[in-house]
Amino acid sequence: MNALRSLLLRREMGILVAIIVFCIIVGIIKPRFLAVDNLRVIMMFVPLIMIAAMGQMLVLIARHVDLSVGSTLGFAAMMTALMFKLQPDIPFYLGFPVAIGIGAILGFINGLTVIVFRLPAIIVTLGTLYLYRGLTFIASGAKQIDRQYIPGPLKAMSANAPNYWLPWIVIIALAVVLLTYWFANHSRLGRQVYALGSNPVAAPLRGIPVTAVTLTVFSISGGLAGLAGILYASRWGFVNPSNTGWGFEFQVIAAVVIGGVSINGGVGSVLGVVLGVVLLGCVSAALPLLGIPGTVQSAIYGLVIIVALVIDQTVRDRGIKALTTARGVRT
Amino acid sequence: MTTEPISTTVTPLDAAPARPLWQVILVRPVMMTVALLIIEPLVASVFWPQSLDLQYILSTFTLTAPLALMALVLTLVIIAGEIDLSPASSMALTACVFAAVQAAGVPFPLAVLICIGLGLALGLFNAFLVVYLRLPSLIATIGTLTFYRGLAQVLAGDASIKVPEWYMGLNLVTILGIPVPDLIVVLAAILLALLLSATIFGRQIYQIGTNEIAARHAGIRTRAIKTALFAALGVVSALAGMMFVSQLGTVRYDLGLGGELQMVLMAMLGGTYIFGGRGSIIGTLLAAWLLSIMTNAMNTASWLPATQFCLLGVLLIVSIIVTNFIYSRTQR
Repeated sequence: MNALRSLLLRREMGILVAIIVFCIIVGIIKPRFLAVDNLRVIMMFVPLIMIAAMGQMLVLIARHVDLSVGSTLGFAAMMTALMFKLQPDIPFYLGFPVAIGIGAILGFINGLTVIVFRLPAIIVTLGTLYLYRGLTFIASGAKQIDRQYIPGPLKAMSANAPNYWLPWIVIIALAVVLLTYWFANHSRLGRQVYALGSNPVAAPLRGIPVTAVTLTVFSISGGLAGLAGILYASRWGFVNPSNTGWGFEFQVIAAVVIGGVSINGGVGSVLGVVLGVVLLGCVSAALPLLGIPGTVQSAIYGLVIIVALVIDQTVRDRGIKALTTARGVRT
Repeated sequence: MTTEPISTTVTPLDAAPARPLWQVILVRPVMMTVALLIIEPLVASVFWPQSLDLQYILSTFTLTAPLALMALVLTLVIIAGEIDLSPASSMALTACVFAAVQAAGVPFPLAVLICIGLGLALGLFNAFLVVYLRLPSLIATIGTLTFYRGLAQVLAGDASIKVPEWYMGLNLVTILGIPVPDLIVVLAAILLALLLSATIFGRQIYQIGTNEIAARHAGIRTRAIKTALFAALGVVSALAGMMFVSQLGTVRYDLGLGGELQMVLMAMLGGTYIFGGRGSIIGTLLAAWLLSIMTNAMNTASWLPATQFCLLGVLLIVSIIVTNFIYSRTQR
């Protein structure tokens, strides 16, 4: 157990070192990268991915995957924006329970399909990725919801309001991180998520409610994607049926696997994912400064996913080897 | 502790009653596709009489042909128990390279070689990740899906690249009244169906998908076969890319965007078992025709592309559920 723990510890240190080295190198080339302005760019980039990454982390730890987060984000954002458009007098904070609720329902549908029909989550969520995107189009009539319909106080939450040291969306993201930390490490259900992912065969034999755990992680992932959806409306001030959340799932999965969450389930920590998201934020903030065109971003996300997967597999093989030799197990 | 009375008479439980022949023939996942393939054009023909016109069906299938070609090989990969979500992206990348090197003045035969070589390399890279690094193919090919399309975007930017005039219009060339892309797909299907059902190699693919460990113990070179399948898919995606470019005349990085959904859908609708070991080429071919006809009907009804994807998404989930249900009810 000790060996495994120190392994994990080293893992997060690795990401931290990568962030620092990256920032120093970019800082030397372009000193502007380390300026406060740029810090704010990173700070505004991070929250949406951070929130969705927390949910994705839980899903991956349970040895599933949720490809539909981007479309869930889009659908929840669209429904909330439509509500504001049709009922302008609704107080803006009511948008939060609506967005989270819609997201959670979509996530619940994913989980239910996976559990009831025993299907691989990746195929189900590939289907719902397009299904939810299509529903967003149908619900909106393929029309964008423009700036004037998004309530002012909501947009102010991600503006640099002078009253607050941090914009609200950063504070919300931090709260989500802390809650996830508590859930993953100190709640019974959270520990059961790890148990399920470590050994899906043994988990039900140990009395772990597999159905409940699976439905919970998918609902959380959907709910958090919904929360990210309303914050998207707050951050950008519009909701577009085709742009909003398109390709978001790749960013989220990239961040989570950089953060050291194993796609084989059972392994992953909140701290690692937080660092993974920050690293991704630093990279995407550095690209325009270094004069690299935005078209490269998608290739970088893909490369980052592959590299992180390869690292994960190597670490895992080494860890297994280290454990077996330490116990004198013949391989 | 009481002992149960041990019954000495053995009830004939040993063999389940054989299923009636009509069930063996008719209760197959692919029958859903066959039924849809019959019903769909009939329904559509009520609204648009031309949907039953054979010439119309043949000529519109050319747009589905590149994806169908890749889906046929993808079927082999899925039967072998793996999956590859990246071919649509490798198609876009190879097609972009194909058009770009020609625009840069490289002669046509060399461009073809470069394109196929690149496709092979992309396929081998997938194989390297999945077979040699033992990454789960679902996630690994999601990485390459993003990466390959990203590379295409780096190469082409937002611009469209044109191919030479004389190279355009493969879909307009007909042999015996059948457009060439359709012929290519059907020929490929026949070859692959023979490969899968009548050669040792083909039977070994099924064995790997059914039980990889047992297959390895039986002396099947599982890694070599899987590598070959991924490499073949890479090459075929390059061929599909060249075919598509000829039909469209230009290529952008978003060629075949979302094609992975349609390809997986073709395989699933064709009755390929998502966990490997079962499936047929004929099923995928029929499903490809079904999708082509459906897409036409939806286009004629002027549905938005996103709405069409919505229906395809539902169809994907439903088809896996039905396939799994039927396979779990029939004997293994």
